[in-house]
Amino acid sequence: MRTSTKTRSLALTALLATTVTLAGCNAGASTSSGGGSGETEGGGSGGSGSEQSGETQAAPAPGGSEETVRIGLVAEPASLDFTTTDGAAIPQLLLDNVYETLVTVDAETGEIVPALAESWEVSEDRLTYTFTLEEGVTFSDGSEFTAEDAAFSLERVSSDAWTISLKAQLDVVESVEAVDDTTLEVTLSRPSNSFLYSLTTRVGAMFDTEGVDNLAEEAIGTGPYTFGTWDRGSQITLERNPDYHGDAPYFAAVEMRYFQDANALNNAMLTDSIDVVSTVQAPESLAEFEGGDFQIVEGTTNGEVVLSMNQAEGNPLADPALRQAVRHAIDHQALMDTCWAGRGELIGSMVPPTDPWYEDRTGDYPSDLERAQELIAEAGAEGTELRLRIPTLPYAVSCGTVVESMLEDAGLEVSIDELEFPAAWLETVFTNKDFDLSIVSHVEPRDMANVFGSPDYYTTYGTEEIQTLFEEADTGTEEEQTAKLQEAAALISEDAAADFLFLLPNLMVADPDITGLPTNAIKESFDLGDLARG
Amino acid sequence: MLLRLLHRAMIFALSVLAASVLVFAFMRVLPGDPARVALGINASDEAVVALREHFGLDRPVVVQYLDWVRGMLTLDPGIEFISKAAIGPQIADRLQVTLILVITAMLLAVLVAVPVGIWMAVRHRHVDGVVMSAVSQVGVAIPAFLAGIVLISVFAVRLRWVPSGGWAVPAQDPVGFLQRLALPAISLAGVQAAVLARYVRSAVLDVLREDYLRTARAKGLRPVQALWRHGLRNAAVPVVTVLGLQLATLLVGAVVIERVFVIPGLGSLLLDSVAQRELLTVQTVVMVLVVATLLITFLVDALYLVIDPRLRTGSR
Repeated sequence: MRTSTKTRSLALTALLATTVTLAGCNAGASTSSGGGSGETEGGGSGGSGSEQSGETQAAPAPGGSEETVRIGLVAEPASLDFTTTDGAAIPQLLLDNVYETLVTVDAETGEIVPALAESWEVSEDRLTYTFTLEEGVTFSDGSEFTAEDAAFSLERVSSDAWTISLKAQLDVVESVEAVDDTTLEVTLSRPSNSFLYSLTTRVGAMFDTEGVDNLAEEAIGTGPYTFGTWDRGSQITLERNPDYHGDAPYFAAVEMRYFQDANALNNAMLTDSIDVVSTVQAPESLAEFEGGDFQIVEGTTNGEVVLSMNQAEGNPLADPALRQAVRHAIDHQALMDTCWAGRGELIGSMVPPTDPWYEDRTGDYPSDLERAQELIAEAGAEGTELRLRIPTLPYAVSCGTVVESMLEDAGLEVSIDELEFPAAWLETVFTNKDFDLSIVSHVEPRDMANVFGSPDYYTTYGTEEIQTLFEEADTGTEEEQTAKLQEAAALISEDAAADFLFLLPNLMVADPDITGLPTNAIKESFDLGDLARG
Repeated sequence: MLLRLLHRAMIFALSVLAASVLVFAFMRVLPGDPARVALGINASDEAVVALREHFGLDRPVVVQYLDWVRGMLTLDPGIEFISKAAIGPQIADRLQVTLILVITAMLLAVLVAVPVGIWMAVRHRHVDGVVMSAVSQVGVAIPAFLAGIVLISVFAVRLRWVPSGGWAVPAQDPVGFLQRLALPAISLAGVQAAVLARYVRSAVLDVLREDYLRTARAKGLRPVQALWRHGLRNAAVPVVTVLGLQLATLLVGAVVIERVFVIPGLGSLLLDSVAQRELLTVQTVVMVLVVATLLITFLVDALYLVIDPRLRTGSR
């Protein structure tokens, strides 16, 4: 009897101890700054009732509705700071919505148009850009946006504060000067066609001189929306900026809901938990949405799905004949039909159709199995084993096996390794170049020079000839730029520097009455300013 | 008896220590550099090296390990490399969600499995008992995530009874909370109930064959009465063991189920952190899971002594 009581009290103590530990954790949660996430998870769900009522009451009057629009996305940002953290999720969320740029890209035409700069002039020698800034623009912390802030933001890119590699885009900037409150002068070290375009990307984002202390968790910008709350692991809310200098957005708030799982994202749309699927991860799942209850948007992106071939010396694919054989061996239309439900666009080179220098190069290496076999025989490479090392991304995984079977039909041996993306793929393929073939979509806009301009890059191309072309394209006139880049794209294609499987489509699903969705996803941002319910 | 517990506690402590070393070591040999992931595809080697230094990854491994252990002991494992968010509160938040899910699933499983298991045992010579037994055998084979996907497509997508995923804080939105808890808890509970019911069945069957039960029945008790008064306590010993082991598998199963149902629990934090190579977060979450598992084993051992007096005397 005595023992039994003792045991019980011991067991009880153990239980108590556990409870105390847990309680301790909770206390930690409420006191420390990271908190908020406790309440986070609920936020969205609770709100849905009121959203519904808002939907019925609010007529789309000037100033917009009281409704919150809910958008489903796949990749949650790791932080809010795109100056030190790479990845598409942060600019997708914040650029053009919270942070604005001096100039921006018109998503329809691909042209560069005014944003925070109402106009700009370029000097005769094309070295000096004089921007005239909009007046009466304020940041969400209340302070005014002036040329001072603009100079600060651009200078900051070349300082140590920015660490991501994209900062190199502004290396060409020699000096930045705020002439007066609304005039900014930027001087370049050499003429550069890509400079103005770079300003439309995240390196051109305008920060408040006083607003960069905690970029990882706080975002202060001039955009149509201000940063609201972040429920880590589930959603981020943006709120309408009441002091926005442009047209006020229709929706009072935007909930960006993050789903790691493509099925879960689709289910949320099917069950009306979200209003928009920003990107359909598996095109074959579109069938679920066909038939009138949903609107399907299909356009283009900047995501060239590249079959890269390691042509560094000593590798089998250093032999141009073998690379050409690979290009001939792949039936691109059949491949796209099989692995991406026929959605997307065949490009044949590293240029999407929305770039001014686009040319259809799909005829360079028509699908020709016999020619491929001949080339392989000539190279004496029958049965050569190639390691196809692909990242664990939907398009790479599903197209990898198709590439494998097409190359095996031509007489090559292919072994597939799936590498976890990003970490393991970056290390093995990108950094160590330990691969023969890989498949990855290069989503950065106008990235041909970046991907094929250096032999040190994992694509291992970057011949002197191409480097000269890229340089001439950047420093020449606009016409020269177009001509030289067309030449470069042709050269890359003819040399079989890589194979271009297809261009990823922009696929969105939305409630039928949502308007203002960007058809083509050719910007780094997911522009929310024009969204409305009509 | 006390000695026995002390002995167990020591094994527990040593296991935690060993696990922490292993987990830490595994993280270091995982391919993929957090600095490279943070800086992106085109980062220069200098920038990567600088960021590694900034993260403190260039310090001696032993220093990093001790730092981490000290952090965990003070319930402050530090901040994340990339997001700069404090790790402790994040884990506490996510752990609450996971615990609610796991405990609900466990309770559901026990509520179903115990009566069903007893029934299967008592009726093991009858058709219904045999059929039930076969059904539970099938149940064991259905993975929780598959059950989850099926439940979503039926109850959320087709019938629209509940949302397809997400989470709600019970205090703020009790109805939404229960709606969102239902399917994932049932998915997790299903397999567990099937497994548990089979253990209950065999434990009860064993007990039914014991002499003391025959004696009890000879004294005039009906089989169920005899079982209730004399048998269940004995049958509970092996069942509690399995329960403990299952609780541990439930924690792991929750990692997958959270993904299927978009639940911001420990599992989704773990998966996100692995992808981002937030080493400190991954290590700490794994340690929380390890400690929880070991703690459960320890408690099961302790409970044994409570339930079965024979073990107590045996130890003396």
